[in-house]
Amino acid sequence: MTNATVEFRHVSKKYGPQGAVVDLSLLVPAGDICVLVGPSGCGKTTSLKMVNRLVEPSSGQVLIDGQDVMTVEVTALRRRIGYVIQQTGLFPHQTVADNIATVPRLLGWPKPKIRARVEELIDLIGLDSARVRDRYPAQLSGGERQRVGVARAMAAEPPVMLMDEPFGAVDPIVRERLQNEFLRLHRTLGTTVLFVTHDIDEAIKMGSRVAVMQQGGHLAQYAPPTELLLHPANDFVARFVGTDRGLKRLSLLTVADVKLEPGVVARVGEPARAAWTRALEAGTNYVLLLDRNDQPQGWMKVEQLTTEETLTADNVDASSPLVHFETTLRDALSMLLTSAVQTAVVVDERGRYVAVLTLETMGEAFRSDEATAKAGRTALAAEPVP
Amino acid sequence: MRDGEPLILWDWTFSHIPDIWHRVLEHLELTAIAVGLGFVLAFGLSLLIRRVPALYSPVTWVTGVLYAIPSLALFALLIPFTGLSIVTAEIGLVSYTLLILVRNIVGGLRSVPPDVREAAVGMGYSQWQLLWRVELPLALAVIIAGLRVAVVTTVGLVTVTALIGQGGLGALIIQGIQQFFATPLVIGAGLSIALAILLDGALVLIQRQVTPWTRRAV
Repeated sequence: MTNATVEFRHVSKKYGPQGAVVDLSLLVPAGDICVLVGPSGCGKTTSLKMVNRLVEPSSGQVLIDGQDVMTVEVTALRRRIGYVIQQTGLFPHQTVADNIATVPRLLGWPKPKIRARVEELIDLIGLDSARVRDRYPAQLSGGERQRVGVARAMAAEPPVMLMDEPFGAVDPIVRERLQNEFLRLHRTLGTTVLFVTHDIDEAIKMGSRVAVMQQGGHLAQYAPPTELLLHPANDFVARFVGTDRGLKRLSLLTVADVKLEPGVVARVGEPARAAWTRALEAGTNYVLLLDRNDQPQGWMKVEQLTTEETLTADNVDASSPLVHFETTLRDALSMLLTSAVQTAVVVDERGRYVAVLTLETMGEAFRSDEATAKAGRTALAAEPVP
Repeated sequence: MRDGEPLILWDWTFSHIPDIWHRVLEHLELTAIAVGLGFVLAFGLSLLIRRVPALYSPVTWVTGVLYAIPSLALFALLIPFTGLSIVTAEIGLVSYTLLILVRNIVGGLRSVPPDVREAAVGMGYSQWQLLWRVELPLALAVIIAGLRVAVVTTVGLVTVTALIGQGGLGALIIQGIQQFFATPLVIGAGLSIALAILLDGALVLIQRQVTPWTRRAV
């Protein structure tokens, strides 16, 4: 199934079970993750539930691919929309495999197709099918239950998925892992996702667009995360995203966004003199020593290189932080600030040296991202309002 | 009881085995009809209450009043209308199961966690599918717990129906009382207790079989 757009057109709900909604209009492009974020009672969950008609709007329309959801038979509509909730809502009396097979069964898929799809999904969410498929939800850990909840929602390849605080009930470490896994999954599936959270950090991390809602059910701002952090639309949004907006933007960028520079390196077994010459030519006081497999051993001062011997890894300063391409700049900065050497070493997935990362190059990446976002903002403003 | 007579005369017992067996079958039949009809009625009432929750209070009030009427008085009241018949007996017996069964079926359906119900509806279960595939399976443990209470009390009550001529193990008890003869009395009462324990145990086994998720939970 192809992915669908989701559009709210002047939607209001007077007395929603989870807060009212006032004249909400927003368009979620196909394949995006739109995060609805705000304090409790802001109507974010009410808005979400108007997509699969667990709540029906008092006025206005919700459209999926241009079709008003109120015109579609309600169970048929819901079977095309994935639904994940905080408490998982897994059926306690059914095994993991039966839980995941829920919607395919409702849709009457043939049995072999269902079985194959269940296997595929258990694998996709990173669980061992032989171990979990015949277990009951009560026999799984909290993180595993949430994963099964996500798999169940994706089972019939819905073009739209609704997720209501899906990772709210697990501890922070598991939550971060689930967030990363879901982002990875989403990159391969590209489903349109509406995601509700009260956590602005989660919103910024997960959303390709973020809708900030404020008490009373008003949409305060709808923008990509960078734009939200650079230009909060009003005081409420500014307060809600917090005073550490700069740091939050750092968590949106990764080492891969930085224009990396090669450092001066030397190899174990090489004559010290040769390394010394290269350091002088580059005008640096430190040289990074690598072993024969290109794995960094630590830093050497230029003074240590003025001997006639070959280099060994005996007298290196190994305190430099190691970062990967997917490390966020926020984490990288934190590591740099707490280490003795103000330069991080970028390594690939096998631990081999790639480049060095400095505060300067990070700063450049941060500023160029701001320039790109500004350019994007002008382009966005030029788009006709639907 | 005559002086010096033992509690059970085994000669009499062995010579009356076909008779006793017949009483046991009668007893089982009366119990099965009562609990079966009671369950069907209670199930219908519970489905009604599921749709119209406001009916819960009046239904439990009426069944509660029925439950409070002494069984002898109830049979006496019914005899002018239905005579000394099985109908009289079953009206009484069925009435007594209703309170327990309605409470447990409704309670079981209501014990389904709200997030489970919301997920089921949100994924496109119809009301009927929600009931049969989610609510009833999850309510099963509580419903069977209600059935156990209903069965045990009904087995006891069926002995009273012998007074209106419906047989069962109560007939042995009455025979003992009327003839000042301990053996049939003891055998009737003993078998009635044994029957209650046996049926209760069977229901426990059935419950374990049909709700494997409660057994295997860690």
